[in-house]
Amino acid sequence: MKPRRRHGAAGALIAAAAVAMAVVSIIPSAASAGRVAAGLSVPTANLPVPSSIGKGEGKLNLIAWAGYAQPEWVKPFEKQTGCQVNAKYPNTSSDMVSLMANGGGGQYDLVSASGDADLRLIYAGDVRPVNMALIPSWKQLYPFLQSPSFNTIAGKHYGVSFEFGPNVLLYNTKTFKTAPTSWSVIYSNKYKGQVTVPDNPIQIADAALYLSKSQPKLGITDPYELTQPQFNAAVALLKSEHPLIKKYWDAASQEISLFQSGTTVVGAAWPYQETTLAADKAPVASTIPKEGATGWADTWMLAAKAPDPNCAYKWMAYMSTPQIQAEDADSYGETPANTQACAIMDKIAKGSCAGYHANEPQSYFNTIKFWKTPLATCDNGKNDCVPFQSWVTAWTQIIG
Amino acid sequence: MGGMARVSAALWRRTWLRASLTLTPPLAWFLVIYIASLALMLVTAFWTVNPFTNVLEHSWTFTNFDQLFTSTYLTIIARTLEMAALVTVTDAVIALPFAYYMARVASPRGRQLLFTAVLLPLWASYLARVYAWIVILQKGGTLSWAFQQVGLGPVNIGYTNTAMWLVFSYIWLPFMIVPVYGALERIPDSLLEASGDLGARAWRTARSVIVPLALPGIIAGSIFTFSLTLGDFITPLLVGGTNSQFIGNVIYDNIGTANNLPFAATLSLVPIVIMGVYLLGARASGAFEAL
Repeated sequence: MKPRRRHGAAGALIAAAAVAMAVVSIIPSAASAGRVAAGLSVPTANLPVPSSIGKGEGKLNLIAWAGYAQPEWVKPFEKQTGCQVNAKYPNTSSDMVSLMANGGGGQYDLVSASGDADLRLIYAGDVRPVNMALIPSWKQLYPFLQSPSFNTIAGKHYGVSFEFGPNVLLYNTKTFKTAPTSWSVIYSNKYKGQVTVPDNPIQIADAALYLSKSQPKLGITDPYELTQPQFNAAVALLKSEHPLIKKYWDAASQEISLFQSGTTVVGAAWPYQETTLAADKAPVASTIPKEGATGWADTWMLAAKAPDPNCAYKWMAYMSTPQIQAEDADSYGETPANTQACAIMDKIAKGSCAGYHANEPQSYFNTIKFWKTPLATCDNGKNDCVPFQSWVTAWTQIIG
Repeated sequence: MGGMARVSAALWRRTWLRASLTLTPPLAWFLVIYIASLALMLVTAFWTVNPFTNVLEHSWTFTNFDQLFTSTYLTIIARTLEMAALVTVTDAVIALPFAYYMARVASPRGRQLLFTAVLLPLWASYLARVYAWIVILQKGGTLSWAFQQVGLGPVNIGYTNTAMWLVFSYIWLPFMIVPVYGALERIPDSLLEASGDLGARAWRTARSVIVPLALPGIIAGSIFTFSLTLGDFITPLLVGGTNSQFIGNVIYDNIGTANNLPFAATLSLVPIVIMGVYLLGARASGAFEAL
């Protein structure tokens, strides 16, 4: 999760918080969803779903990432539905999970959870099934986001996919006349002292993704499920990268100024940095190299004890429409889940559709490995994967 | 009113009762809010988090301390300490002549102006000042430009530990100047005159009279500069380079990212212990009288 629109003093604090968020917003894969489902059942699976949306309750309480409840679209929603929106902005996925404890406590209606939180919320019984027939724009979502395994279990949807984004390779077009085709450029001595990557343990997955292609004999199939030898190889790669790094960036604004001043010429980034830099006429471009990329995705999930279900359904339907998806994508800097949002994005900010990759074919999205929490219980059934805690420890060692 | 008078009389006769009634609320606050939270943190340091379920396990273990005493964390602790010490010395060296001028040379009006100049930066946000330094220090920034103008070539010290040292020294300087000023102002003129009468030149007077008398002020200031640097994690984040993690950054990562509260608690004990030792030393030197 990565809100990053604020600048200046307050912005830096938010940016710092965003860093924390970015770190913990991790998406479980299809495989892990299936695995967990095998041994667990969803406590709320049989709760009834409404067949129509009734009259609004007059209020709606959200737990959302900062930037997901902007006045630009909240005000019209309130006017349209009469539902007064209150939003609480937690800093991390863990905060979201604790706020949602006990089904939202009868206080909260919806949470804009990231993938790592999704399964925890579902199996804790904190969220309940949603009737997609009441979300008209649901059919316009990318097929891979209609029933993704991180929010849909056994055909039951526990929320509506919202927006997502890839972690791209950002480069200076003066240094690179043609787009680099491999992540190897950030591990190469050639750009020593001019490389920047996020200060984020999940970066180990980026290294693992690269190794899965460059060293196939390691047998890495999922960059978030690494056995100790695979993990060690990724950490060793990152340690060898350390002397090349100018700065492990903590906030998007930091990376923007690194590229603006020419301090760094290549690095891992979000599409937001590229569009912001491009708007400032900085000589940058981004690409997803042949190894693919990591990324994030969020879902609006319905609290098991939502006190205002009608307003909640209205919100989920509203937030899925092309117009609002486009507004959020441009304001927040991510890719809309609604396939029809592209044209509207360009109306709001010219070139933003392509900038945030909202017009790419499915093959492009297949190259994104969505973040998920590395767990010790990995798919091989041997429970010998390296858990996230060890990722954080290793990351501390890597960056020194 | 009779009852009131009786209570009042009873309180007057029993001083212990009076004292305990007055002290109980603040003491309770101190115990519950401050000591209890510290104790809880100490206890947490001996727990662990289950790597499979990420649930806190309330069983006693020294694992966190074993981890703390590995080279990764010892390096980070040493770096933090080294920077705190370096910043403190830098600020003391700058503050001493500056505060001396303010206290003993400048006219009242000049002193007022200097005071304003010293305290003015504190009115601006910490973050705004750190960001200003990023602009100054980054590649092609103000500093590099200025060096080029005088023919010294471009300098590129943005995102290094040198940059951190500059920024820390700048940010905490007022906290050193003010107590040193307080100490210098209190030196009676007669002592300086006596030193002169006994044949000491300016340098000798400074070394044998002024510095020893300013020392409590310097130590008081150093408590600020040292502890503020020791606990900081924002400047390393924003200005630091690749080998610039502080204790605070690792604590932050373990809470916000890893959800590993026990290890964060263990790490938090490090600055507490360091500052405890530091404060005991400062008290022994009589620095608290200068505050």
